[in-house]
Formats: sequence, structure tokens, C-alpha cells
Amino acid sequence: MNSVLFKNIIRFVLLILVQVFVFNNMNLGGYINPFVYVLFILLLPANMNKSILLILAFLTGLTIDYFGNTLGLHAAATVLLAFARPGVINMFFQNIEFVGDEEPGLNKIGLNGFLRYTFVLVLIHHSMLFILEVFSLNDFLFTLYRILLSSLTSTVVIMIIILLFSKRAK
Amino acid sequence: MRSLFAFLFKYQFFVLFVILEIISILLLVNSYSYHKSLAFNTASDISGSFYSVSSNVSDYFALKEGNEQLIDENTRLHNQNEASFLVTDTQFVFRDTLYRYLPARVVSNSVTKRSNFILINKGTLHGIQKEMGVVSTSGLAGIVIGVSKHYAYVMSMLHQNTRISARIKKNGQLVNVMWNDRSYRNGEIIDIPSHIQLEKGDTIITSGNSLIFPAGISIGTVIKQELNENKSLGKASLRFSTDFNKLQSVYVIENIMKQEQQELIEEQLDE
Repeated sequence: MNSVLFKNIIRFVLLILVQVFVFNNMNLGGYINPFVYVLFILLLPANMNKSILLILAFLTGLTIDYFGNTLGLHAAATVLLAFARPGVINMFFQNIEFVGDEEPGLNKIGLNGFLRYTFVLVLIHHSMLFILEVFSLNDFLFTLYRILLSSLTSTVVIMIIILLFSKRAK
Repeated sequence: MRSLFAFLFKYQFFVLFVILEIISILLLVNSYSYHKSLAFNTASDISGSFYSVSSNVSDYFALKEGNEQLIDENTRLHNQNEASFLVTDTQFVFRDTLYRYLPARVVSNSVTKRSNFILINKGTLHGIQKEMGVVSTSGLAGIVIGVSKHYAYVMSMLHQNTRISARIKKNGQLVNVMWNDRSYRNGEIIDIPSHIQLEKGDTIITSGNSLIFPAGISIGTVIKQELNENKSLGKASLRFSTDFNKLQSVYVIENIMKQEQQELIEEQLDE
């Protein structure tokens, strides 16, 4: 089997398990919940077919929803993230050329680039997620506060994971 | 027609995005309301057995605390036992069983969302049905909204649509209790008649007016009453008796007379 496919399947399974069994049980300060499973979508090959990207995002979201009994919530947020991803990659990394199945990983776009890329997409994902979860504009400031805090937390956790698991290429 | 397909193909990325978002939001809206979530049973044996494995491990670490809670509860029950009353008390009356308690273990639980659910390890095989009440060892916990063979999904007190009919213990006034969706420890008492003064520490119990919970189950204690002069119905904050973050063993309450009660109500409505 193709190694890119294999790597991504392993990554999908691991991230879903970590999200469902570790991070879904975590609550910092009462209502901050890091969502690290988006890392799966972030690390898919940069040049992959955009429609397949959307469908993969939808299925990833549904899997998380299935375990959290929030049918449709994470699916909607993750599809939006996948929709925004090609644009964000274009905007931030115009000068970088992705060849074949290369993924926008740490080695390719650098620590600084990956941090920006992750934070912007996580912010988009979390905004959709928390606004849909409340389903009203009541108390919007509180929702905004949750979005910002959770995005920061998720980004930090994702950075820690990626630094732990990336091969140090020097 | 052909140009339509050409258009759809050209913008397939955007079209697919819109379609997937619509599907997601439809799914979400469908699972949103209390009544629809009753109809749309999302409890499943597959996710249930996944969670069982993880709770088997985490339960082990909390055994000591669980035991202490059970001892507390036993003490309370012993105090209510016939044997703990004076024999000369001729007023002691036995009533027919109205409610039956079934023990269950929590296999998954959340407190951080605005709509939280609890998954428990008893299902239709054990006689659990939708709309049964769930209480913890210390107070009210939620209402069953979905059942599979071995598991049941419980809408937690910490759900933005949960609203429980309650009573102020000291004077019997009817109020409603809901969650304030900020902290898993605190809720809100609403519809308090304006002439009622609440003190910090006043106990709030279930009213027994719904067909779900028996009367007198502790919900929480008052923290602070909000002052508002103009409105006829006031609010107060309350601290839940149940600590939802360490919920482990719960009881599901079956109301044996429920069917009879419901039939009577429906009969009256039909007329």
C-alpha cells in the first residue's frame, strides 16, 4: 500500500482515539476543551484533491460527533476548516512549492509558518463550532471568549504534539 | 441541462462544501431539541462498549471516593429505615411502592459543553426506558433520552434545554431549575414569586409534579438571590448537590404508576 495513505490512516486512528479518550475528558477552567483531531486535516497532503479533502473532513467530524453525541456539530466545523485550508495555504505559503504528496508539515513550512497556519485554521474551526453549539447570539461576548481561549489552547496542544512527533531534520 | 452540470463540475469544490454543511446542520438541528432527541436515539452499543473500556480503567482510580459516597448514602438511608423510628410512633404508614431504583455506572460524561450528556451501562435489557429520571448518590442528575440494548443516554442537568420543576424545601413554593451554562457546579432557580425571600443554603428539592422524579430529591442549595424590584418572578443562583465532574454511580428511577398517570392526562386532554 501507498505509504502516504498508510501514514494518514494511522494518524487518523490515533488522533481520534486521543481526542475521544483524553482531550474530551479534559476541561481546563471549566469550559476549555482542546480539539486536537483537526491536526489530521491540517497534515493532509497540500496538493490533494479539494473535494476529497472536504469529504474526509466531513467523515472526521462525524466520527468525533458519534462519540460525543453532537451529531453534525464537529462535521460542520471541520468541513468549514477544510474549505478554508487551500486558501490559507495559498495565502501564507505562496513561495513554497509543494511537490507530489508533500504535506504542510513542520519540515516544509517551518515552526513559525506552521504556528500561523494552525492558529488561523483552528480559529476558523472553533468559531464555527462554538457558535453552532450555542445556536444563538445571546451572550456573544462569552462565546467569543470561549472561542479565543479554546483556540489558543488547541493551538498550543497541537504544537506540542507536532514538536514531539516530528523528525528533527537538521 | 448540460451547462448546469458543467457549472456544478466547475464549482464542485464550493457546491460540495455547501452540500456537506447543509447535511451537518440538518443533523445538528435534528438532534437539538429535547423532543427530537427523544425520537432520534443516538445511544449505541458500539460507542458504549468503547467507553466501557476506558471507564473500567478510570473507575479503578476513583474507587475510594466512590466507596465513601456510597457509605454516606447508606447512612442516610439507614436513618430513614423503619428500624430507626421509635416503635411508639403509630403514625408510621407503609405506602405502596411508587418508584423503583435501578443502579447504573456512568461510562461517559461531559461537563464542558453547553449540552452535556451522560452514558450509563444499563439499557432496555435492564428495563430502562426513555424519560426515566436519573439521580446520583447525592442529588438529581438527568433524564434518560435514548436507550439501546445495554446502554442509555441521559440528558444531563447540565444541558441548556433541561428544566426541572422544583420546590423550595422550607416553604413548599414551586420554582423551576435550569443550568446557567457557565460552571458545572452552579445552576439557576427561576420563576421565584417576588414575595419569597431565599437565604443562602436553602435547599431546593424536586417537586414531584413531573411524572419523572419523585418529590423530595435534592437538587441543590441557594447561593444568592438576585434582587429585582419590578418583575413578579425572580431568579437565584444555586449550587448543585451533584458534582457532575466526578459522577460515577447513578440510579435510574422508574415510576411504576407513570402509564396510568399518563393515560389519565391524555384522556382529559382528548375531551
